[in-house]
Amino acid sequence: MNPSPMPGLTTQISIRKFDFYYGKYQALKNINLDVYSRKITSFIGPSGCGKSTLLRTLNRMYDLYPDQRAVGEILLDGRNILDRGVSVNELRAKVGMVFQKPTPFPMSIYENIAFGVRLHEQLSRVEMDDRVEWALRKAALWEEAKDKLQYSGMSLSGGQQQRLCIARGIAVKPEVLLLDEPTSALDPISTMRIEELLNELKEDFTIVIVTHNMQQAARVSDFTAYMYLGELIEFGVTDEVFVKPKMKATEDYITGRFG
Amino acid sequence: MSSTRQSKLGDWVFFNLTRFFALFVLLMLGGTVASLILGAWPAIERFGWSFLWSGEWNPPMERFGALIPIYGTLATSLIALIIAVPVSFGIAIFLTEMAPGWLKRPLGIAIELLAGVPSIVYGMWGLLVFSPVFANYAQPMLAATLGKLPVIGALFSGPALGIGILSAGVVLAIMTIPFIASVMRDVFDVTPPMLKESAYGLGATTWEVVWHVVLPYTKVGVIGGVMLGLGRALGETMAVTFLIGNMNVFGGFSLFLPGNSIASALANEFAEADSPIYAASLIELGLILFFITFLVLSLSKLLLMQLSRRGGRET
Repeated sequence: MNPSPMPGLTTQISIRKFDFYYGKYQALKNINLDVYSRKITSFIGPSGCGKSTLLRTLNRMYDLYPDQRAVGEILLDGRNILDRGVSVNELRAKVGMVFQKPTPFPMSIYENIAFGVRLHEQLSRVEMDDRVEWALRKAALWEEAKDKLQYSGMSLSGGQQQRLCIARGIAVKPEVLLLDEPTSALDPISTMRIEELLNELKEDFTIVIVTHNMQQAARVSDFTAYMYLGELIEFGVTDEVFVKPKMKATEDYITGRFG
Repeated sequence: MSSTRQSKLGDWVFFNLTRFFALFVLLMLGGTVASLILGAWPAIERFGWSFLWSGEWNPPMERFGALIPIYGTLATSLIALIIAVPVSFGIAIFLTEMAPGWLKRPLGIAIELLAGVPSIVYGMWGLLVFSPVFANYAQPMLAATLGKLPVIGALFSGPALGIGILSAGVVLAIMTIPFIASVMRDVFDVTPPMLKESAYGLGATTWEVVWHVVLPYTKVGVIGGVMLGLGRALGETMAVTFLIGNMNVFGGFSLFLPGNSIASALANEFAEADSPIYAASLIELGLILFFITFLVLSLSKLLLMQLSRRGGRET
């Protein structure tokens, strides 16, 4: 099942015949999927369906764990990122990631953002100040953080910490931002702020979000992929997937009859 | 009713018992300091503060000064730390971040076993195996390289005896590595994987992740481990006695020269201390070692406070 191209959209990432293994256990089976540029794509499905696994292959996070293995093709800017020759450090500069829980580094707010930028660019003090402000503004955290840039990142509230992590991710100016259940540890108000933020960020970045929360997928994403037991069951425009799903399994899941 | 009263009595007994045990620690500490001061009093009275900076250790003339053992203790411990800290750091990084699964456990266990080897064994190994090799190969090489540099060259000059401050320091380093490395490994292991992945996710290399994220996150534990190693190095007796040369004469700043440390002076000379002032001087050495350890501990606390300030202020 090769995804048919969507008219008027640029494909940022195309996943073809993709399998993934944890040791001998096959966690993903023959995934074929396109992620469109400057759109929000969400992966939904019950626990253990492989949606986080799929997300973590997009920046090759699985490389850290020797028994995890990927087979197939993931094209980013026309290059297969699974190739051995691809530098993971450069790849991760292009594909940023935000996790389930806020993970501020044990340093000041300013340094939290400057850290990632320094890994890839040599900026002057003034340029770095500008970049930090830019990233914090983009992440809607500037007003709250501008007077305490030298305070520890841990001193922020949970929602602010997660926005700091988003600011940290976009400060590197990636093309793609991966979010792995970014609001699962946050209260409803912080969640709402993050969702609003994602809507603004998609003007500059391609966003892929894994979520347990179907309403969230329906609210924020342009495209939705429903996964089950390691397979991609259905992929399409979010409104269509939620209003008139093509597959019975998808319908059962999103109407709450299963999952 | 009676059962509640019983449990109240039980609580009272338990509370006071535990409080007694806790206060007992303070009592022991105070008692140790008091008895050391009491025992050292004749020497303190006779030599005053000059005991600390006099380099003369002359039992027949009954003139005693602690400078040489103090210098030997600090120099050997410093050498040990300079070698042991980076090596242990490397071991811990390898074990937590890079070693394949099948190698992690055996290596970790080997390091814990090394920590359990009695110090007398390290001393004998140091004297019989390490010291000849060190004198024949390592010392001439050091003299030919580092010895040629200005200023620090003076530290690596003189006869290659195989025993002396440097040899004692190197063996102390080998002895402290297992302690520091296993503490570092344990604290690196408790760093949340998601925090490390966040740094890897920005495109950081293993070194950048460890240096900028894991180490600041675990600094309290790491410094604790280093201090544990330093504590062992400062107080280590047998291995140092075998290797330091036990010379109470200051012959220069070269690390190749034999010297003495507080602990080995105590071990070697207590049996010979025939006059009261000799015994009192040795006890005063013990008191000084106690204070050095205390000072090191306080400095490490200060260092931690400094570090937490640099890691961004808390609200």
